This record gives sequence, structure tokens and C-alpha cells, in this order.
Amino acid sequence: MKYLVWGLVVLLVVLHQDLWNWDNDQLVFGFLPVTLAYHAGISVAASIVWFLATKFAWPGDLEGVTETASETDHPEAVS
Amino acid sequence: MSPGVIKVLIIGVYLAALVGLGLFSSRLFRGTSKDYLLASHSIGPFLLLMSLFGTTMTGFALVGSTGEAFAEGVGVYAMLASSSGIIHSLCFFVLGIKLWSWGKKYGYTTQIAFFRDRLGSDKIGLLLFPILVGLVVPYLLVGIISAGKAIEGATRGDFLMLTESGSIPPWLTELVICSVVLVYVFFGGMRGTAWANTFQTIVFMVLGVVAFYLIATGLAAKSVESGRAHEIRDGQRVVRTEPPSGLMDSLHIVSQEIPKARRVRAEVTLSDQLATVEAPEKFRTRERMDPWLFLTYMLIPFSVGMFPHLFQHWLTARDANAFKLSVVAHPVFILIVWIPCVLIGVWATTGLIDIPPPIASDPNKVLGFMVKSLSGDVLGGFLLAGILAAIMSSLDSQFLCIGTMFTKDIVVHYSREDRFSDRQIILISRGFIIAVVLATFLLSLTTIAQTRVFQLGIWCFSGFSSLFPLAFLSIYWRGLTKWGAYAGVLTAASVWFWLFSASQFGAIENWSVDFTLAGSTIHTMPVATIFLASTLATVIVSLATPKPDARTLEKFFPAK
Repeated sequence: MKYLVWGLVVLLVVLHQDLWNWDNDQLVFGFLPVTLAYHAGISVAASIVWFLATKFAWPGDLEGVTETASETDHPEAVS
Repeated sequence: MSPGVIKVLIIGVYLAALVGLGLFSSRLFRGTSKDYLLASHSIGPFLLLMSLFGTTMTGFALVGSTGEAFAEGVGVYAMLASSSGIIHSLCFFVLGIKLWSWGKKYGYTTQIAFFRDRLGSDKIGLLLFPILVGLVVPYLLVGIISAGKAIEGATRGDFLMLTESGSIPPWLTELVICSVVLVYVFFGGMRGTAWANTFQTIVFMVLGVVAFYLIATGLAAKSVESGRAHEIRDGQRVVRTEPPSGLMDSLHIVSQEIPKARRVRAEVTLSDQLATVEAPEKFRTRERMDPWLFLTYMLIPFSVGMFPHLFQHWLTARDANAFKLSVVAHPVFILIVWIPCVLIGVWATTGLIDIPPPIASDPNKVLGFMVKSLSGDVLGGFLLAGILAAIMSSLDSQFLCIGTMFTKDIVVHYSREDRFSDRQIILISRGFIIAVVLATFLLSLTTIAQTRVFQLGIWCFSGFSSLFPLAFLSIYWRGLTKWGAYAGVLTAASVWFWLFSASQFGAIENWSVDFTLAGSTIHTMPVATIFLASTLATVIVSLATPKPDARTLEKFFPAK
């Protein structure tokens, strides 16, 4: 599933290069130029693909990350 | 009360509210530098989404998108916005989450602290610091100048005692917003910045949609009144006399007038004219947009992977899951802001509204002009506050991050322990921020910055994008060495400067790197060459130099 999600990301990048719409001057719903409607669809599709990424490709080694000694651990009055 | 005074009053109340928010958030200040700089890693999903989105959407998102659509047509959405929806979330996913986890675990506050540790090289900080600060300055310029131009366009004729055109002079707007942002950043730190970003992002998204509705319905109504609107009746294009019946009807009226093809003004014949107005040279398609330029433009959004202010925002997250909402919602948020602005920009090309030559010659004033012409004074004031909100929600993070970098990466890093008290460190940090903001403000007054600001913005983003391979390889490649990193950064800087000078430092608009292939010329964005050169230099030199020590590899790539 993880590979499918990354495949979909690559597909989005490919679909973004919509040469077939280049000279299309039609209006969708009577007010939205085709190129704008198509790329609005790309934006929605991107959200869906990234949702799938958070479900199926989320890194599993981040739970329980805790802080170790660091430069910011010491309380400092700064104002 | 005059229209100008109403707008200024509304904007003044809005700016005062922001300062109040900064002061309020300072009451929750926990007294530690981690709290001031990283909000104690306490930011949850919603605040993180709003602050990341507000930070990445600069003045360019509202003012620039409308102006570019007016100048170039609807293709700008595909070139700049839908690509960003894919790539920004990619950067949050592949870089942001991992860097957050290491930042929280090892206590990093800045990118430079991470790279010093990951590469085992102290000097990499001295190389990266001037490059990162140098690239943030043009980015600041884009925001500051956008604010000046938007208010100038929107107050035209309102203050005849101030300037010849009656507009609020840009330098005054720029000075005021710099001062307001400085105040709430100084008092509120990162928590104040995150809250202000959230508040401002909500303001500019809501007001953007309101502006879209008002401009669409107002433009349609005025077009019908003035006899410029048309409809198709019995296959004939005739002048429409019936007033618009709602939003959808208004959208039909105004969008059908968007010219179908770019028409050069000199070539416009009587039959091409829309009603009595000569159609300007704008278009509904991407007929003159080069497909190769379009493709290589997709590398520009990789710049978010190396924005120092975004790195700092990533580190504020409460936990890894806080990133999920940002990753998913970011592309749709871009859509909500950009589609209305792009449509407003192309409607301005229709001939349904007369765009005066001083506005038409400076497209960044188009949104302000449309707001002024098609909304009432009170709503106009709120819409202007929304434009300023978008701009300031980026400036605050940038101000805070340059102060943080100077304090943490230079002053504290190179002083002996206890050399400066905390109070002195903060004063130095604030002093550096003021110096950079003052230098940026003075630069914004120059003609070069005013005329080339968006070109400079593209060059600045290209610079950040060219450092993306370094960030990516440092996270995912064990073989990256400090020499590879030096080679990558120096190559990126050299090739960037070489191409920037070839473009006469941004004076040649839309300058491209051209190749000839099978007899045809391929135009590419300069970022493609710099990105490729930087990647190759990093990889080749890393392969040829000694591997990182075992301790570093164990720290960042532990055996599973």
C-alpha cells in the first residue's frame, strides 16, 4: 500500500503536466476556464493522496520521541 | 467621514488587535528560551496547519496571484499553486516530520544547528548563515513591497493631501506594518507568532472569499448597467439588459468575457473589441506558456524544504501526528485562496471594467483597485486588512527566525559560556532583527526593488530550492559527507550567482536557461540547472570523500 501511495504522488506530478489542455478555451460550469478547473481538481486530488499517505505511509518510528539533554533545556529568562 | 478615513480606521483597529494578541500571548510566556523560540513544542494540529499555511502564503498569494493572472492569464494557478499543493505537502511529509523528531530529541532550534550536528562540521554554519539570511531578505522585500502596492492601489484618490495620486504612499504602509509585526513578535515570541498567524490566516481566507463574492456580483451588476455585458440569444451575441440574478449568474456574465486568446493590443481589430472597450492582451488558456518552463517551474516549491522560518515552525509541533492535518489540508487551502484571486485577475482583463494605465502597468495594484472599485468603503477596509494579514503572517515568522539564527548560530555558539546574560542575548537578537528589517525597508524604497521585486522573489526561491537536495540527503542518505555538503552548497551558490548575473540581476523578466535539442529550443527555469548541479556535486563529492564517523551514523541512522 505504501508503494501505491508513492506511485499516486508520482502520478499527480505526471498529471500536472496537462499538455492536452494547453489551448483549450472552454468554460466549465459556464464560468471556470478548463485549465483552472483541471488544476483545481489536481489540488483536491493532492489532498486525497496525502490523506492516503498519512494513513498508509506514515513513518512508524516517531512515536514516543522524547527530548534528551539539549541547549534549550535550561530555563532562561529572556525578557 | 471620507472613504479613505474609514479604510484607515478599520486597518488601524485590525493592527491594534494584532498588537493586543501579541501582548496577551506574552502573558503565557514560561520564561525559557525554548518557550520564546519554539513555544515549548506545544503547537497542536490546527495551529500548526494555520501557521504553516499562513507562513507559506505570502503577499504573492493574494496580490501577486491576481496581478500575475492579470498579466499572464489563468495558467498561473497551474504553474504556481497546484504544483505547490503537491510539493509543499511532500516537503512537510518527507522533511518536516523527520526534522521535528530529531529537533525534539536533540534540542535543535535552527537548521544550522542540525546541519552542524549531522555533518560533524562546525564551519558549515559560517557558510550557511550568510546564504540563508541573504535569501530571506528578498523574501521579506516581496511581502513589504506587496503591502505598499496593495494599499497604494486601493486608496487611489482618497488622500489628495498626501500624494499626487491621492494614495497612501507605499513607504508609509511598509513602515507601519514592519513596526506592528516587530512589536507582536518581540512580545509574543513563537507562541504569539503562531496565534497571530492563525488569526491572520482565518482573516485572509474568509475575507478572500467575501472579496470574490463582492467583486463577482458587483462587476456583473455594473457591466449590465453600463451595457458591456453580453449573452447568447438565438445563437447571437447580444448586449444583456437583465440584471444578474445571483452569484452563479454573475459568474457566467463576467467569466464569458475573459478573452479566449492573447491579443496584442496593436493587433486588435474592431471585430475583436468587447463592447466599446479594446480587449487587452490577456487570455483564458496557456497558449504562450512554454511547457518546459512549466515543467521546471515545479522545482520552485521545493524551496519550502529549506526555508529557515518553516523549519522553526516544524519544531513547534506537539507531536508527529500534529503534522497530519497540515499535510492533508494544505493543497485545498491553496485552492481556496488562489482560485478566487486568479479569477479576479482575469476578470480585470475583460473590458467590463476600465483599468487605468497606472494600474495596468503595475499588475500588483490590480487587486487593490478591484476591491476599491467594487466594494463599499467599510468592506473595502476589511478586505485591505485581509491583504495585510496574508502579508504579515509571513513577515512575523521571518523576523523571528533571522533573530533566532543570529542569536543561536552565531552569538551563543561562538561565545564562551556565560559571556552574555539572557537579557543581553535577547537584546542582541532583537537588535539584529531591527537591523535586517531596517535594511530591507531601505532597500524597498529603491527603484530596483520596486520594479524587480517579484523577479527577485523567484530568484530567492530558486536559491532555497537548490539547497533542498542537501536537506533531503542529510535525512535519507547515510553516505552524505561534510565535504559533499560543502560542495553542494558552494556549487548551488556559484551557479545561482552566475545565472543571476546572466539575467542582469533580475532585470530581464522571465529569463530562462535555453538548450537546443533536435533543432528546437527548450526553455527551462534557472532553478533546474542549479538544482541539478547542486545534487550532482553533493553526491559525487560525498562518494569520493571519507564516510561520516560511526557515532554520527548511529545517532541519525540507528540499526533497526
